[in-house]
Amino acid sequence: MTLVFIIAVLLLGGLLAWWLERLGRGVPQRVALAAIVIALGTVFTLFGDSSEWRAHWRVPWIPHFGIELHVGVDGLSLPLVLLALLLGAVAVLVAWRVRERPGFFQFNLLWSLAGMVGVFAALDLFLFFVCWEVMLVPMYFLIALWGHEQRQRAGFKFFLFTQASGLLLLTAVVALAFSAPGGPRFDYLALLDGARAPAARWIAAGFLAAFLVKLPALPLHTWLPDAHTQAPTAASVLLAGVLLKTGAYGLLRFVLPLFPETAQAVAPALMALGAAGVLYGAVLAFAQDDVKRLVAYTSVSHMGFVLLAVFAWNRVAWQGAVMQMLAHGLATGALFVIAGALQERVHSRALSAMGGLTARVPRLAAFGMFFAIAAFGLPGLGTFIGEFLSLLGAFQANAIIAAVAALGMVLSAVYALSLIQRAFHGPPGEHRLRDLGRRESGVLALMAVGLLWLGLAPQPVFDLTAHPLQALAGG
Amino acid sequence: MDEPAVLLWLVPALPLAGALVLALMGRRWPETWIARLACATVAASAVLAAIMGADYLAAPGARVQVLWSWFTAGELSPAVALRLDGLSLVMVAVITGIGFLVHLYSSAYMAGEEGYGRYFAWLNLFVAAMLVLVLADDLLLLFVGWELVGLCSYLLIGFWYRDPANGAAARKALIMTMAGDVPLVIGLLLLFSSLGSTAMPTLLGQAAESWPPGTALPITAALLLAFGAIGKSAQLPLHTWLPSAMAGPTPVSALLHAATMVTAGVYLIARLHPLFALAPPVLAFLAWLGAITLLLAGLHALVQNDIKRVLAWSTVSQLGFMFMALGVGAVTAAMFHLFVHAFFKALLFLAAGVAILALGHEQDLRRMGGLQQRAPWAFWGFLAGGASLAAVPFISAGFFSKELILAALWQRGGGALWAVAWVGAVLTAAYITRAFIIGFLGAPVTPATGATGWRMHLPVALLVLPTLGAGWLAPPFGALLAPASGATLPATETAFLPALLAALAPLLGIAFAWYALHRRPASAPPRLASVQDTGFDRFYGAWVRGPYRRLAQRLADDPFDRPFMAAAHLAHFLWQVLSATQDGRLRRYALVLVAGTAVLLAMVMT
Repeated sequence: MTLVFIIAVLLLGGLLAWWLERLGRGVPQRVALAAIVIALGTVFTLFGDSSEWRAHWRVPWIPHFGIELHVGVDGLSLPLVLLALLLGAVAVLVAWRVRERPGFFQFNLLWSLAGMVGVFAALDLFLFFVCWEVMLVPMYFLIALWGHEQRQRAGFKFFLFTQASGLLLLTAVVALAFSAPGGPRFDYLALLDGARAPAARWIAAGFLAAFLVKLPALPLHTWLPDAHTQAPTAASVLLAGVLLKTGAYGLLRFVLPLFPETAQAVAPALMALGAAGVLYGAVLAFAQDDVKRLVAYTSVSHMGFVLLAVFAWNRVAWQGAVMQMLAHGLATGALFVIAGALQERVHSRALSAMGGLTARVPRLAAFGMFFAIAAFGLPGLGTFIGEFLSLLGAFQANAIIAAVAALGMVLSAVYALSLIQRAFHGPPGEHRLRDLGRRESGVLALMAVGLLWLGLAPQPVFDLTAHPLQALAGG
Repeated sequence: MDEPAVLLWLVPALPLAGALVLALMGRRWPETWIARLACATVAASAVLAAIMGADYLAAPGARVQVLWSWFTAGELSPAVALRLDGLSLVMVAVITGIGFLVHLYSSAYMAGEEGYGRYFAWLNLFVAAMLVLVLADDLLLLFVGWELVGLCSYLLIGFWYRDPANGAAARKALIMTMAGDVPLVIGLLLLFSSLGSTAMPTLLGQAAESWPPGTALPITAALLLAFGAIGKSAQLPLHTWLPSAMAGPTPVSALLHAATMVTAGVYLIARLHPLFALAPPVLAFLAWLGAITLLLAGLHALVQNDIKRVLAWSTVSQLGFMFMALGVGAVTAAMFHLFVHAFFKALLFLAAGVAILALGHEQDLRRMGGLQQRAPWAFWGFLAGGASLAAVPFISAGFFSKELILAALWQRGGGALWAVAWVGAVLTAAYITRAFIIGFLGAPVTPATGATGWRMHLPVALLVLPTLGAGWLAPPFGALLAPASGATLPATETAFLPALLAALAPLLGIAFAWYALHRRPASAPPRLASVQDTGFDRFYGAWVRGPYRRLAQRLADDPFDRPFMAAAHLAHFLWQVLSATQDGRLRRYALVLVAGTAVLLAMVMT
């Protein structure tokens, strides 16, 4: 029931925030924050539990097709649920002063967040698909209604990419369920033990395509820069911090265990694609003048490491992939907060319009430098552990591809230092600007501490994920 | 573990804590508080290190302190563990000792600068990171220190961030050393994957056990690691960042050239020497690389007119000496030269800083001159440091360390390496004599206006003693390092002739410079002067930076988006075509209707 409670709190909190908008401007965000805090508090009770599927809960939903409301989290999904809720809180806090229709804004934020939690918690494939859509549709509204100058176009592009891949996912889910022995069967745990369908390769391709778009993997990434750039800050935080992880999570949760033969057959190609993504994202990040677009391409680069690690097919790599997902969530989420703060002050996202901000907004510049440095994976921060273990695991699978991906280290330093130079260093301009306030500083400081913790003492995360990753390696 | 070594963790932790406090409070505190805290943390580290050093000398033997287990991934479980042995003790002594003097000096040198707190936060962090690097027992932890040191050098070189040129120099330092770190990381991946450990003692033991000397695995691993050291220690071809690093404040240069950063590469090879010993070709490569660097950098130093650039090129060249020694397996000689070089190079920079400040930020040698009366601290400090760098026999420490290296090269490296090193020694004496004559003697050019206080003079005075006298420490130094490096000092009974020649080299160099300048006063040797740079910077600009920029610009619009946008444009085009038919003209609708019916009928009838 715990998970159902969490999702319900988020859904009801969203409705309440929308409805209570009439009471005043300050109400919806407080309602939303309260809902997330309640959900967060509830999540922490799950960490004490040591059963394989925590908060395991199932009731029939559409018995005719064998569809159930079936949820539960293991050591792989629990940290991701925590990440989603933490970044959800960050998103609400940075969107504290949304002017237009704040209630509907918070409603979309919370519903998308509920969808994300559902995606990580669903153990029924149909429920998984429903949550997948619940997460995407409000996100579309966030982009298309509260985004920047090209929000319509970016929102539409996002919608098309996600719906096309969603359709593939739905087809694959249905095909898998109906080809399972014993009639339609959407139960993940039963499918895990069941025999493989004859058309497994095509079904696997459907899953793979949907998740690779979301990750995003190299040629399918082009929705991301537009969506991230045009989205309002809060949505960018959730997009980069959580939404991309659902793709990686889908690979680890469904593609690898359900279709091991197919996945292993394409593993070398996908590892190469991951390495290519690392380099390509880093080069394009360097080429951007729009600060949000720059950060968006760093995501392409960092998620390349995840793809590389997932298909390296060993536990070290998977540990690295999970760590990379968590650390990237914090680091990139924070970079979007900073990009948003910059845009709010300079009234432009163009780096060519910035420069010398260290003198004018020292606190913002200090945080900006910290997270830019985190983006290039400075040892001692979580991003380093993630990248290094991804590389280590990948090296054991294919030394050449790992060596190529290692070049990403220096290329990421190039874009990170270029970002620092163009935004914060150089001669300062004349106008006085407002530095970060207490709310923004607090949020960013917490994220910085989180990255340090992941970098210096990451073992709790590895303990948590040890069992599911072990099972993955054994199965 | 006995009493003093329990506090080992405090040695890096104190400056780290200082950095943290200053980073948070630096903008609110007055300068005196900032300077006191920053100096106090490093001083406390130095005192602790001294106590531990005394304890170590009384009862030698490595002390290992495991702080916490970092994580477990597969079969690897790196620990955050510190190791104090002869090698790390020497480094800790150098880092905390010179680190403290540089802090003290900086408190006056940087007075009144914007970002005083930021400066000391980063300076503290620099010391802490270097201490982590040399104390790490685990290779992965060493890498943490390694990258942090690189980051601090970036932050401090670019400290005066308003000038974009400083930012460029800072980025160059970090990116160039990171270019060397890519092979280093691949080497780490190779080591960890094939030996199954990250702890250095285990790693080295495993390597010696399972890898036969001269086989492909140790050669590959050593070569990959060597590139990291080449980048960090500014050896050819990754050396050009160091002369550019002069953009930072002068005390930073003193720290970076003497105690932190550039010594890290030498330390890495010394620490992992048993692994390098399994790869003789890599050692030979390092020896010759050092030799070429020594000569090339010495020639550069001969023609610079900026006093800091002379010293920068001199560091590159002296590191070449150390790499040569490492390359022939003379770890102790290399480390001893590192030790001695740290003192005299710190002294040279700090003395130069006094002169620069006294002359109102004048760095051009040709516009200095006549400093004996006007800036006596700078004059005598630079003279002592210069004598040691030139290796004036017996009265300077540099003589002893250079002699050790030359003897080792004679014994193990063969005549060619020795001859190159000998020429390098002559060159060294020549370029520093030239700088001293032009910059410090002669008639005054720029009026002395700046004030320098005791906090700048005291470090200069304190450094003079080891700069001249540390050479006599060679025998105990060798004993200290013997267990750690597995190599003792070269036997003292070196052949008489090479020893005599080596002792003559500095005198020859000094005489040469004196004579050349006497004939052609106050100018660079004319033909060499046009060779300010050997084209490495131009090469990197034309073949690395330029192409990368062009590639990025060409890709900036993301060509992978084109197919998707083409699909969107196609849909838009079709929409236009089809919507054009819906123009509301009844006549055309009727026409299309009739035509369509006719076509359909025709198809049905046939």
